[in-house]
Amino acid sequence: MKITLNNRPENFETDSLSISKIMEVKSFHFKMIVVRLNDTLIKREQYETTQVKDGDDLKIIHLVSGG
Amino acid sequence: MPTFNQIKSILSQKTVGIAGAGGLGSNCAVSLIRSGVGKLIVADYDRVSPENLNRQFYFRKQAGMKKVDALRENLHKICPGCMLQMHDTWVTRENIDLLFSVCDVVVEAFDDAEQKSMLIDHMLTNLPNIPLVAASGMAGYGRTALLKIIQSGNLYVCGDEESEISEENPPLAPRVSIVANMQADIVLQLLLKDAF
Repeated sequence: MKITLNNRPENFETDSLSISKIMEVKSFHFKMIVVRLNDTLIKREQYETTQVKDGDDLKIIHLVSGG
Repeated sequence: MPTFNQIKSILSQKTVGIAGAGGLGSNCAVSLIRSGVGKLIVADYDRVSPENLNRQFYFRKQAGMKKVDALRENLHKICPGCMLQMHDTWVTRENIDLLFSVCDVVVEAFDDAEQKSMLIDHMLTNLPNIPLVAASGMAGYGRTALLKIIQSGNLYVCGDEESEISEENPPLAPRVSIVANMQADIVLQLLLKDAF
């Protein structure tokens, strides 16, 4: 499948992947993140169960302290 | 391009919420008031300390004052007629709707990443129609070109997404003010987008 991850095109071998799996494969190990799939908020407890499919727009935004 | 008077007449009808009155919130508020935004709703529980003065819009003699009181004083010096609703309170899931549901746009201006996450999560879930302009990553100096804006629907995140504050990577006036003003600029774009 081809998706857009943080505004960049990404290719994966499989037809769909969970958000948790994508984070593992792409080495996102941040403590504080905001996940948006096609501009919809995905909560932490939904990372395992939410499947990303061909054409999806996934944003994983890293939140760090400071302000 | 519209004239400043045309811009001001639109902005004077608008209400902007600011969650936090530290480095981001105080500087963002100043730019919004200078631009002519009619009303600000600001919430912060903290007091001004001398260490804040390296980046926050306060003055030496205001040390010890509640930030919301000191900010009211400073904003009224710029614009005596502006409407300010200042709340001396810790922003929680329980009071976000009460504080910000009347706003046209809300600015996330917290220091702590967990607080940022809490506000973003709550706003996107409970007040999804109000645009939220957040910030992440502005510690240190230099690397100005890494500061960017991520947009996803009604959520905007300004910063470099990586420069976390620490002893060795302190927040400093230039980068904090740049990000606060990126936030203020997005607020203006959002408030003016249907007008011109």
